[in-house]
Amino acid sequence: MILTIAGRELRSLFLSPLAWNLLAVMQFILAWLFLVQMENFTRLQSRLVSLENAPGLTDLIVVPLLGNVAIITLLLIPLLSMRLISEELRSGTFSLLRSAPISIYQIVLGKYLGLLAMLGVILSMGAVMALSLLAGGELDLGRLAAGLLGLGLVLAAAAAIGLYLSTLSPQPAVAAVGSYGLLLFLWLINLAAGAEGKGSALFAWIAMPTHFDRLLSGLVRSSDLIYFLLIIGLCLILSVHRLDALRTRP
Amino acid sequence: MEPLIKTEGLYRYYGDHCAVRNLGLELYRGEVLGLLGPNGAGKSSTLRMLAGNLAPSAGQIWLNGVDLQSDPIQAKRALGYLPENPPLYPELTVDEYLRYCARLHRISGVAVDKAVSDAKGRCGLDEVGQRLIGNLSKGYQQRVGIAQAIVHNPMVVILDEPTVGLDPVQIREIRSLICNLGRERGVILSTHILPEVQATCSRVLILHQGEQAYAASLKQDLRPAGGCFLVRLAQAPELAAIMAMPGICSAEPLAQGRYRLQTTKDLTASQLAEQLVQAGWGLEEFVPEQPGLEQIFVRITSGEPSA
Repeated sequence: MILTIAGRELRSLFLSPLAWNLLAVMQFILAWLFLVQMENFTRLQSRLVSLENAPGLTDLIVVPLLGNVAIITLLLIPLLSMRLISEELRSGTFSLLRSAPISIYQIVLGKYLGLLAMLGVILSMGAVMALSLLAGGELDLGRLAAGLLGLGLVLAAAAAIGLYLSTLSPQPAVAAVGSYGLLLFLWLINLAAGAEGKGSALFAWIAMPTHFDRLLSGLVRSSDLIYFLLIIGLCLILSVHRLDALRTRP
Repeated sequence: MEPLIKTEGLYRYYGDHCAVRNLGLELYRGEVLGLLGPNGAGKSSTLRMLAGNLAPSAGQIWLNGVDLQSDPIQAKRALGYLPENPPLYPELTVDEYLRYCARLHRISGVAVDKAVSDAKGRCGLDEVGQRLIGNLSKGYQQRVGIAQAIVHNPMVVILDEPTVGLDPVQIREIRSLICNLGRERGVILSTHILPEVQATCSRVLILHQGEQAYAASLKQDLRPAGGCFLVRLAQAPELAAIMAMPGICSAEPLAQGRYRLQTTKDLTASQLAEQLVQAGWGLEEFVPEQPGLEQIFVRITSGEPSA
């Protein structure tokens, strides 16, 4: 049942030009940034040889690439997630799901999986680009795996946030603006962590980059994984509650 | 026989406004129940509650014997629902859409194709299966909406204004489809078109300001007693002469030699016609009036002071 809903979601996404457009624009920008990094690397290569313990391909190309994928995708996720539920509430198609013998958590999970599948495509585009470096050099595959895990978690958490905000309003644009706000906030709140004070540790913990950067540097800590899983779980539960409450207060 | 739909003391408030007040209804297998009422009478709110789209403020609903509040998934298995705006995805083709609906209603893989082709056949959609829903006319979209409601062969079919936007031929087709559905299932539909109720429903329930204002079976005669006829006579006789005929309760002269005659229930239409012809007044028109539902509807929705 969950897969039926996810499949429909994905199908509608790829039947509209939106998904193709996003993927094309994304790929173009990533390729450009990738090339810039390559250029820098080849320019620095002669000097790197003389250094002891010099940073390699993974440090100089893969890690920045994954960071770029994360930021660009965070900018795109609200555009994808805003439709998930808002659109169905607005056009009235949500009553099809509501009068079918399925529970609300199945609806929410189905929608979420549909969006995750789309993000999986984006993730694999980044991964393939990074792996293409194997053709001419060596990569720290363990670190690449940790980075991809971190990227996956960032995207999954952002998708969950987008999903929750799209249950809040029958206007997709309102949902998108809300998602942008929350995602940017979570991305930038650690700017305050630099300041002195007791709150700064808390701000640093709330901020997504704190956890993402550790994963990008190859450090997989369960506390970082739990941070992302907490966001995902919280947003999905809130979505279920919100949709349930809509029956009583339309 | 257990009712397919049963409600008790159903209330729905929107803020302070009470949209549905103390509604109790029952729908049995083999019935088509028409919910009639002016705009804002609470028809759609009632149907949305029955379909599990809206939580009642108070009261209980049983679908096919299962409590909709405590076991919604089991209860909704028996349900097919067409909301006021058909819930269609314009980017899908009719076939894709109906397959999706069938799967949502837990029809297993092998049976899906058969269920979809059955539903398409019943709603006259065979030729548009490959077309995008967004490109279909309003009438066809409405039919896709109905097909969606019956694709899983539900025991209870709830249709909110099913013939809106259809042309007269389509309306007739949909009405006969509804009558067919009503044979083995229970159908409940809302409308504000009176002839629609008379053509399709076996029972009618008139809502006014959220309350049940009138309920009757349409199988029995709606006329109180006797009949009402509109006649035109070439040689206009004295009113007293008409009144003197047996079986006439009242006669009301209208313009151009027309009279409205109320008869007792012993006098059949043919007997009255015979009497009028024998009296030699030159009978030119003879129209049995079927006021019934319309009079009741107008009296309930406008005549009564809103209390």
